[in-house]
Amino acid sequence: MTDSVAIRPSDVKTSAAPLAANKVLAGPRVNGRVVVMTLYILFLMLPIYWLVNMSLKTNTEITSGLTLWPRNLTFDNYITIFTDQSWYSGYINSLSYVLINTVLSIAFALPAAYAFSRYRFLGDKHLFFWLLTNRMAPPAVFALPFFNLYSAIGLFDTPWAVALAHCLFNVPLAVWILEGFMSGVPREIDETAAIDGYSFPRFFVKIFMPLIASGVGVAAFFCFMFSWVELLLARTLTSVTAKPIAATMTRTVSASGMDWGLLAAAGVLTIIPGALVIWFVRNYIAKGFALGRV
Amino acid sequence: MTKTLNNKAWLLVLPVFLIVAFSAVLPLMTVVNYSVQDTFGNNQFFWNGVGWFQELLDPSTDLGGRFFDSLWRTLLFSAIILLIEVPLGIAVALSMPREGWTVALSLVLMALPLLIPWNVVGTIWQVFARSDIGLLGWVVNHLGIDYNYTGDPLDAWITIIVMDVWHWTSLVALLCYAGLKSIPDAYYQAARIDGASRWAVFRTIQLPKMRRVLLIAVLLRFMDSFMIYTEPFVLTGGGPGNATTFLSIDLVKLALGQFDLGKAAAMSLVYNLIILAICWVFYTIMTNVDAQKERAEA
Repeated sequence: MTDSVAIRPSDVKTSAAPLAANKVLAGPRVNGRVVVMTLYILFLMLPIYWLVNMSLKTNTEITSGLTLWPRNLTFDNYITIFTDQSWYSGYINSLSYVLINTVLSIAFALPAAYAFSRYRFLGDKHLFFWLLTNRMAPPAVFALPFFNLYSAIGLFDTPWAVALAHCLFNVPLAVWILEGFMSGVPREIDETAAIDGYSFPRFFVKIFMPLIASGVGVAAFFCFMFSWVELLLARTLTSVTAKPIAATMTRTVSASGMDWGLLAAAGVLTIIPGALVIWFVRNYIAKGFALGRV
Repeated sequence: MTKTLNNKAWLLVLPVFLIVAFSAVLPLMTVVNYSVQDTFGNNQFFWNGVGWFQELLDPSTDLGGRFFDSLWRTLLFSAIILLIEVPLGIAVALSMPREGWTVALSLVLMALPLLIPWNVVGTIWQVFARSDIGLLGWVVNHLGIDYNYTGDPLDAWITIIVMDVWHWTSLVALLCYAGLKSIPDAYYQAARIDGASRWAVFRTIQLPKMRRVLLIAVLLRFMDSFMIYTEPFVLTGGGPGNATTFLSIDLVKLALGQFDLGKAAAMSLVYNLIILAICWVFYTIMTNVDAQKERAEA
């Protein structure tokens, strides 16, 4: 195991001209790494391929036997989703609460993260810990009380209810990530700006924000991600008008006696927004997953 | 970096404090409220004291037995998940390509499972593992192994674990990769001059540099596997029998299925307290690691 994965010193790029002997040594090692990586990516992609494969088949082909690729290529499943209002409105509902939640989370988290990264204040450590625990709180605990709460204030079955509910774990996460990125910006910048006569809001928007732009991008990415993938709360807090696509999927499956092709097509379409978002943040993804603190 | 003492910073934190209090403290008060009351329906409640808690924490009662069964099941699941995903994630991170277009491609492909809605993850594996129309189930059965995740508890467990490894190993790998990337080339050059073995490089350079991110990875993976709900719910619905009924699934059954508010609320609170305690341990370790690092740098 270690043989194929550990980095051998000779394998590491050096600024000096590499020795020929090192290249020879590095040869079989690189292959070991490629094998691990290829197998892993294959393992990740196979189930997704199977879903895409199924979404392009007719139901008769799916149930009549195993075929590795669609024999009768059909886009009917996708056409159904894009023309049936009960299907595509699910996507619109999901995207709307995800976007509201992302904007809210970032807007709330920015000043707080700045405070945590720059100042000590009464109860700061306890507050930070308390925020962290909310990221870890099981949504199952909150399902019923949220239902009561949002019904009582008349937000039940609106995107706002889900967006606010998801703030429970996304705001702490955004604070955590942004604090990591902000701590990487030297304090001297704040002080220089103050000496130059910048007011705090102007400094924050004009100077500080551009410096942590990648951090904001990463935090937004994570808020999007966790709001997009969550279903338990989203389903509990909506019934008809704001029903998320994930809930539409589960209900249609039980009602129509397993329309596999349609289910697969809907699944594929839920993967696409995620894939697009990853593509935009791909250069920051590694640092982002480390929550800005490597 | 030394921070200055400034209590006005509270003004900057206040919005976050208010919104999180609104969505965390307020609902939790409802839960506390339910947990000490009993009801005969019709919205009439009466005081029940710590009755529900006594029943919950006593394994000889129905409720207690059920709670401890789910608790051990969930803990076992989290332990298995950590034992598989952490080493595998490290291995994958060490195997990441160093440069060129394959880096971006690997990153994007690896992150893809993380952005799939959890119920769709369940659906993907539900289909993929079926013996009639799923590739995995079909292949395994045609290899002569009897495999049926809806009927056999062990198969159900294996399927859920493989699904979770598929879903979340990339998170550990990406975190470790971020840690590895922060190691300066000079460290490796020094190790080469010293003639360090591969294992020594890993033990003395790479592992210490990854410690901090690994801690985050273990924390996130433990917490998320401890509260897993959607994926096993879609895949097995907690079955066969109660074989894969984890704490969250049990809790939702109790609260939204049977509408047993008092019992569900008591269970919620105990569940939350367990999480709080574990979170505290991790947080303490993490701040200690940070303090050590700062001292080392000073």
